[in-house]
Amino acid sequence: MDLNRNRKIFLVAVTAIITIGLVIAYPYLIPAEPEREITINGAGASFPFPLVDKWIAEYNKVKKNVKINYQSIGSGGGIRQHTEKTVYFAASDAPLTPSQAANASNTLHIPFTIGGVAIIYNLPGVPKDIKFSGEILVDIFMGKISKWNDPKLVELNPNVNLPDKDIIVVHRSDGSGTTFVFTSYLSEVSEEWKANIGRGTVVNWPVGLGGKGNEGVAGLVSQNPYSVGYVEFIYAKKNNIAWGYLKNAAGSFVEPSLDSFRAAAAVAAVTLPKGYESWAEVSIIRDVVRNTQAVDAYPITSFSYFLVYKELNVLPNMDEYTARQLVEFLWWTIHDGQNYSAELDYVPLPSNVVARNEETIRMITFNGKQLKG
Amino acid sequence: MKSKTSFSKIVYLKAKIEGDEIFRLVSALFALATILLVGLMVYELTRGSWLSLQKFGLWFIMGTSWDPVFTLNFGALPLILGTLTTSAIALAMGVPISIGIGLLLSEYIPKRLGFFVSFMVELLAAIPSVIYGLWGIFVLIPFLRNNVYPYIQAVLGSLPLFSGPIYGGGVLTAGIVLAIMIIPIISSVSRDVLSAVPHSQREAVISLGATKWETCKIVMSYAKPGVIGAIILGLGRAIGETMAVTMLIGNKFKVLPSSFFDAWYTMAAIIANEFTEATSDVYVSALIHVGLTLFLISLIVNVIARLIVWRTLRLVKGVSRG
Repeated sequence: MDLNRNRKIFLVAVTAIITIGLVIAYPYLIPAEPEREITINGAGASFPFPLVDKWIAEYNKVKKNVKINYQSIGSGGGIRQHTEKTVYFAASDAPLTPSQAANASNTLHIPFTIGGVAIIYNLPGVPKDIKFSGEILVDIFMGKISKWNDPKLVELNPNVNLPDKDIIVVHRSDGSGTTFVFTSYLSEVSEEWKANIGRGTVVNWPVGLGGKGNEGVAGLVSQNPYSVGYVEFIYAKKNNIAWGYLKNAAGSFVEPSLDSFRAAAAVAAVTLPKGYESWAEVSIIRDVVRNTQAVDAYPITSFSYFLVYKELNVLPNMDEYTARQLVEFLWWTIHDGQNYSAELDYVPLPSNVVARNEETIRMITFNGKQLKG
Repeated sequence: MKSKTSFSKIVYLKAKIEGDEIFRLVSALFALATILLVGLMVYELTRGSWLSLQKFGLWFIMGTSWDPVFTLNFGALPLILGTLTTSAIALAMGVPISIGIGLLLSEYIPKRLGFFVSFMVELLAAIPSVIYGLWGIFVLIPFLRNNVYPYIQAVLGSLPLFSGPIYGGGVLTAGIVLAIMIIPIISSVSRDVLSAVPHSQREAVISLGATKWETCKIVMSYAKPGVIGAIILGLGRAIGETMAVTMLIGNKFKVLPSSFFDAWYTMAAIIANEFTEATSDVYVSALIHVGLTLFLISLIVNVIARLIVWRTLRLVKGVSRG
């Protein structure tokens, strides 16, 4: 009996100590906002994928409990998933068109990086640095200029011995932001192009061969003497492909480079809309094509955008903590994240674009509550 | 005692029967699942292409425009023709080679050497199609453009099919790579079929004084249904092949190419190319509609193949009876 009683007392004591201990420890065990493991899902453009991927890895070092998952399925797929609210953020090489914006109302645009399109060509025996102009590119891709020694090309390249050979035009066959950017440029410099072929991720090319992906276009160009095509600048640079100079509105011939893209973005940054407004008309290309002062700007330049809902409670399964982490990540990408741009050949954002993005990110709310002060 | 034994025997039998029953049910379930899966695919494809079906209807397969920018008019005729043409080229080149390999393995060379050869041939089937595509771009295209096509054109250039500019990629190149891709399938299945021909057949023919070539002919006629089945398997692969073709055919949407050297398009290729970046609803729907069409064409090809196999099977049986 005594033994039993002792045991009882012992049990009560232990229980009491544990309970008291828990009560005391409670505030330490459960913090005000739990640092729980969360996953933020994003999807979209493949052009900025290497950069976003780097960001994800680096951000995970800063915030160990936040896992970001980005699927590079293409801008179109990203916009679709954003509209269907199956991802927390999307990335696109083109801003939402008015009809797309209507399907995903209250979408904010956050330009997060800048890229450009290089004109590549294969001219055996001819030195590098061929010069092009917008009108000549339009004529080549329309099939109106069909020979390399066309007077218009000779006029721009007087010191080059251009051959009497047919130009083989190469374009992307797969739907791509690169095609969208390139055809936007051609539409901007030519009314005829705009009316007959237009701009899009896929267009009806009047002439030429279609290659799948940057590697497909570069492959066709490198395999076919006397061909010309277009690829993402990063792809051309990484693979040491000769690219052409392009005449801008200021009359200077500019080669694609991080500096010339940045100069172009700076031209456009002056007139950017607010984050919640329509961005459909935003175009670095148009601004550069119309700006006769921007001597260093390369015309075929464009933003990549993050698309995020202004009020995050429209997303299923979203809670305040996750929403806050998403906003923190976006904030990080436009500040610290930009430091990783140059090493991966992406253009860091000009400061006025960062300022606009800060404004935009501050607009994001969850249940009406601002997430970034 | 005796009754006990028989009782346990009954239990054992019953268990055995139950086991059989369970196995039968499970097998039936699996078989049913396949059918359900096909049904589900048709349903999903139809649902996905509903917009396009409403807008273009059956005329879709006769349509010759593909305009995702302005009019949003879509039609699949050039894609269907491109798919069928490249597959036909692949068969025309791949089938004789494959049957040759099959005959070599079953009739001519010793088993051990045959094992090695068939291993090498089947290795071709293990290569991912994107590798075929890259190999096509960087190895085959330069070779064909510099060393083969100019000579073909020099000889046959007067025919419109072989005139016009040579880019390297195009209809013929895609067909050649497809031929290489279907050879392992056709040759390995026909080898199995040819080896299965009873030895009595060969012995009988040889005893009548037939040459090796004549023996091969008899063996072939005996194995015909199986070989046709093998060819159909290869055709199925050629029709559905996506990546390698996309990388090599030039991807040009036009009703007819100007020559075998010109660029063209196939159904699988346009889906692979455009689906990820297709944004408007009709556009996406039209691409799924292409998928539905591809599915139906594969189905039709398979049905026709089945019919041929049945017919020849009956003929062969008739011959052997006679």
